[in-house]
Amino acid sequence: MTNNVIEITGLYKDYDTPAGVFPVLKDVNLTIEAGDYVAIMGPSGSGKSTFMNILGCLDRPTKGEYKLNNQSVKSLNNNQLAALRNRTIGFVFQGFNLLARSSLVDNVALPLVYAKDQKELRTKIAKNILERMGLGQYFESRPNQISGGQQQRVAIARALVNQPRIILADEPTGNLDSKTSDEIMKIFDELNQIGNTIIIVTHENAIADHARRQIRFLDGKIVEDHRNKKELEKA
Amino acid sequence: MFFSMLSEAWHAMGANRLRTFLTMLGMVIGVGAVVLMMAIGEGAQQSIKRSIDSMGSNLFVILSGSSSTSGSRSASGNSSALNMNDATAIGDLDDIGAFAPISVGNAQIIYAGNNSNTPIVGTTPSYFSIRRWDVESGELFSDADVRSANRVALVGKTVVENLFGDDIDPIGKTIRIKKSPFLIVGVLEGKGQSFDGRDQDDTIIVPITTAQRKLFGNQIPGSVRMIMAQAKSEKYMGVAEDGINDLIRQRHNIRENTESDFSVRNLTAMAKTASDTAKTMSMLLGAIASISLLVGGIGIMNIMLVSVTERTREIGIRMAIGAREKDILLQFLLEACVISIVGCVIGVGLGLGGALLVKKMVGAEILISMQSIVLAFSVAASIGVFFGYYPASKAAKLRPIEALRYQ
Repeated sequence: MTNNVIEITGLYKDYDTPAGVFPVLKDVNLTIEAGDYVAIMGPSGSGKSTFMNILGCLDRPTKGEYKLNNQSVKSLNNNQLAALRNRTIGFVFQGFNLLARSSLVDNVALPLVYAKDQKELRTKIAKNILERMGLGQYFESRPNQISGGQQQRVAIARALVNQPRIILADEPTGNLDSKTSDEIMKIFDELNQIGNTIIIVTHENAIADHARRQIRFLDGKIVEDHRNKKELEKA
Repeated sequence: MFFSMLSEAWHAMGANRLRTFLTMLGMVIGVGAVVLMMAIGEGAQQSIKRSIDSMGSNLFVILSGSSSTSGSRSASGNSSALNMNDATAIGDLDDIGAFAPISVGNAQIIYAGNNSNTPIVGTTPSYFSIRRWDVESGELFSDADVRSANRVALVGKTVVENLFGDDIDPIGKTIRIKKSPFLIVGVLEGKGQSFDGRDQDDTIIVPITTAQRKLFGNQIPGSVRMIMAQAKSEKYMGVAEDGINDLIRQRHNIRENTESDFSVRNLTAMAKTASDTAKTMSMLLGAIASISLLVGGIGIMNIMLVSVTERTREIGIRMAIGAREKDILLQFLLEACVISIVGCVIGVGLGLGGALLVKKMVGAEILISMQSIVLAFSVAASIGVFFGYYPASKAAKLRPIEALRYQ
C-alpha cells in the first residue's frame, strides 16, 4: 500500500472522428499523493480536460492503467463507476452544471439521493453545507436566481456533500470574475488544508499558484511537472 | 428513494404543462373510450340477457304459413292453418312440457276518454307458466274463463300507464276492446323489452276463446295464429322440434317433398344468436377503443423520446454525481407511468361520466363493471411501462461524458 490516491501508467485516449482516429492523450504517467493540491495547466486542446474526465471516471481510457485508491478502474462496471463518482470523487465543472428546475437544497442533496440516504438526513446535510458556503438564505432559490459565484459555491457544496476525499475541478473559475475567483479558490485552499486531495484544471497562472504542484500538458503529454516555486521558497 | 423520484417525476411533468397535458390527453381519450365502450357493450349484453330470461326457456313457436320467403306466399302467421286441436296434439308429445295456443291482433282500446291501439294476445293460462309471467296485482284468468270465453283481461304496465295513469287502480275497471267491454282482473309484471326490441308490457292478454269469438271473429272457428311450446328440458330441444314438424305435417296431410304450411321456430336458438351478436358488437367496440389507447401510448413514447433528448445534459449531470443506469431508467420510466396513470384516472372518470350521459340522453342500458375499470387501469399502466421503457433505456445508456457535453 502506498499513499497514492491516483496512479496512472501508460494512459492513452483516442477519439474516433469522421476524419479518423485522433489521439488526445499519449502515454501519460502520473502519480498523485493523498492530500496534494495539483494544478493541471496547458493550452486548449492539450488534453487536460479529457485527462480530467478520465480521472473523474466520466470517461474511460483507450489504453493504460488508472488506479484510484489502489484499485484498477478498468475492471469496474458502470454501476461501480457511478458509485465512485458518487462517493469517492467530487467533481466541480466550469459551467456549474446545476439542475435549473431544482432548488439549491435539492441540487446539493442530489448525490445523497443516489447514495440512498433518507430524505430528512439529505435535507439536513445539504442545508448544513450550504450554510457553510454562506448561502443560508437561498435554500429554496433556483440556480438562475443567484450569481455565478454563488452558483459555483452550490456546485462545490454538491461535490462535497458525500464527503469525498478527492475533489476534481475543471476550470472552476473560468466563468467568474477575478474577485469571485479568489473567493472560490479560498474554498479549495481550505478544503485542501483539511486533508482533501484537490486537482484543478486551469489555464490561469494566478489560479495555478494556489496549488502546490503544477503539471503542464501539451499535445496530449505531460511536459512539465514541478512543485510550486512559492511553495519551495516557503520550505 | 422511490418517493423522491416520484415527486421529481411530478416536477418534471410540471415543467412543461401544456405538453404533459396533451400527452396525457391521448391516454385520457383512450381509457375513456375503453370504459365507455365497454359500459355500452356490456349494457347491451345485459339487456339482451334479461329479455331472453324474460322470454322463458326452451321455447318453440309454431307459426302458420311457410317459412319460405320465395314466391307470393303470404307472410308466416297470416294464414289460418293451425288450430286448437294442433295445439292439444303438440301438448301430447312426450318431449313437450307445456303449450299455449295464441291468437294475436291489434285493437283499439278505450277507457274513459283515453284510447290506444294495443297488441291483444288471446291465449290459455299455461302461457303464463311457459313465459314465467305473473300478475303484479289482481289475478290471472283461469281455464274456466277460457272454457266459457269470459270477457276478462290482463293488462301490461305500459297499457296501465297509457289508459289509467298513476292514480287509478285498473283492477275491477271495465275497458272497451273493439267496443266490447272487458273486465280487468290483473296487472302483469313488467317484462321490459324483448330481444327484438318490442315493449312486452304494451299488451293486453285475454282468454283465447274470447279473442277468437269476440275480437278476431272473422277467422275460421278454432284457428290460432301460433302455438307456443316448451320442451321438457334443453336436451329435448332437437327431438321436440322434429317431433312437432312430423306431427303437424301428418295432421295437415302434407306429402313428402312438399313444403309445410307452418313453420317451427326455435326461440332459444334465436335468442342465442341475438346474444352472440351483442357480444361481438361489444368486442368490436372494445377493440376500436383499444386502438385509441394504443395511439395514446405511442404519444407517450414520442414525448418521452423528445424529453430524453432535451434533458440529455441533465442526465449527464446526474450521472456525473453518481446516478447509476438503473436510477436514470427508473426516473424516466416513472415519468411515463405517472403520465399514463394520471391520464387513466381522468379517463376512467370521463368514461364513467360519458356512460351516464349516454344512459340519460339515449336511454341505452349501461353496465359499468369493476372488471372493465381494472382492465383499463392495468392496460394503461402497462402502456406506460411498455412505451416508456425504450426512451428510458435510451436515457440510461447515454455515456456520462457525452451527455454532459450535449448542447
